[in-house]
Amino acid sequence: MDEMERGQTRLKRKAYYARKIKRAAHLLFYRRHRKPGVKGWELKRKLGSDYPNVLKILDGHLEKLDLQVKTVFEGEKPAGEPTPEQLDKARFYITLRGELTPKETKMMGWRIDDIAGLATAISYILANKGKAPREEVEDLLRNKLPGWRVDINMNRYIRSGYLAEDENKQLYLDWRTRAEIDQKSLVDLLLGTES
Amino acid sequence: MSSKRKKRGSEQLQRVIDMCKSIEDRGLDPFNVDVDDIIAVIQGYFPEWELPEELCLDAEAIHRLASVIKLQGDWVKHRSTSLYTDPFLLEEKIRRLSKEELATLFLEAWHPIIELEQISLRSLAEAVKYWQDLLPISERWLKTGSLEVEIGATTREELVRLRILAEKSFLEELEVLWEELKQRVGGEGKIPYWNFIGADTYSETIKRAYTASFLVTYGYATLEVHPLEEEIFIKPFEKPRSMLGKKQMVSIPVSISFEEWMKWKGGRHD
Repeated sequence: MDEMERGQTRLKRKAYYARKIKRAAHLLFYRRHRKPGVKGWELKRKLGSDYPNVLKILDGHLEKLDLQVKTVFEGEKPAGEPTPEQLDKARFYITLRGELTPKETKMMGWRIDDIAGLATAISYILANKGKAPREEVEDLLRNKLPGWRVDINMNRYIRSGYLAEDENKQLYLDWRTRAEIDQKSLVDLLLGTES
Repeated sequence: MSSKRKKRGSEQLQRVIDMCKSIEDRGLDPFNVDVDDIIAVIQGYFPEWELPEELCLDAEAIHRLASVIKLQGDWVKHRSTSLYTDPFLLEEKIRRLSKEELATLFLEAWHPIIELEQISLRSLAEAVKYWQDLLPISERWLKTGSLEVEIGATTREELVRLRILAEKSFLEELEVLWEELKQRVGGEGKIPYWNFIGADTYSETIKRAYTASFLVTYGYATLEVHPLEEEIFIKPFEKPRSMLGKKQMVSIPVSISFEEWMKWKGGRHD
């Protein structure tokens, strides 16, 4: 293969990935189901079996915008390199790579009370092996929030997908918490504070 | 074993079951249970149980104990993960931090999902086209409006024509097919299954196979399967026999695919 042929192959390859990246961005940014995000098998069907590579390149582009492609695995995160089956079952989202400032959260419609309440609820559930009675969490929130706000806030967290509640009034962490919150760093941050 | 000892043993097993159940249901510390001790108790009584209810009680105790051991396992697993935190310590931290401090800490670990809900130019163009092609509602309703007819009585023939009623009742159909089977078997008393159910059209073949399956189920006929020769015969009975409860019933799946029907039809013409 001479230099010209090699160059043409490179160009074709580049155009191929450019198309795939655009398609991946459309799929990931626009909500197509009730919940945001796209399952691995869906990306595989639309982008081809090398979709993990396409996502890697897209992630590189998004880095400049402080965004990232976030992978949320079914069950626990695999210790090593994920298998193709694990990736197919995983859900992919675009999330913020860095952090928000308190001012920015206000623009998103979150009051400082709401965020503090969410932080409390999530970390309490985490400390209790991923499950806690709603009553206990509400008691904890009542410490800092007026009583009438507690119920409203709890319902908002559940509606948004941060928490889930079962018929026994037990609270669990739901899909949005798994997608958006770095649970380990939240616990570390809380424990690391000097109070 | 004396009845007194048996009674004491049953009570002990019941206590074990209740204790394990309350640990499971109320989320109590699973390490409150001394597993070795309980196993020794269960083992001690086991050789002497005779009645089914005594053995059931023993099995129930083992089952409940296994659930508690699983809870112990889960606890150890959670303690060994990086997410383990002493709940009291964390609760204390949360109580002491101000709302502002809590929110600031949370923001460091929060990476919200970015999503767009926006109409694209293409879908807008499609929507405009759809709108232009859409008939005014008054016209659409005219088209789908129902015709007003006078109330009247219908006939059985009319209902059959509309496929609301079947021409014959199912039992009648069965009887007709049974009679046909009896006539077609000849001296041998049986006929190859495909020769009996096969018809000129595939849909008629399916219908005959479906009805024939009820001939066999309801005891009007039976199937004779020769697995080595891959042959199936259908044999009618002179009188319907009820097999239910008398014999172990078996299901014989017979594939009536379009390819098989074509093969049968081809063979018939050859």
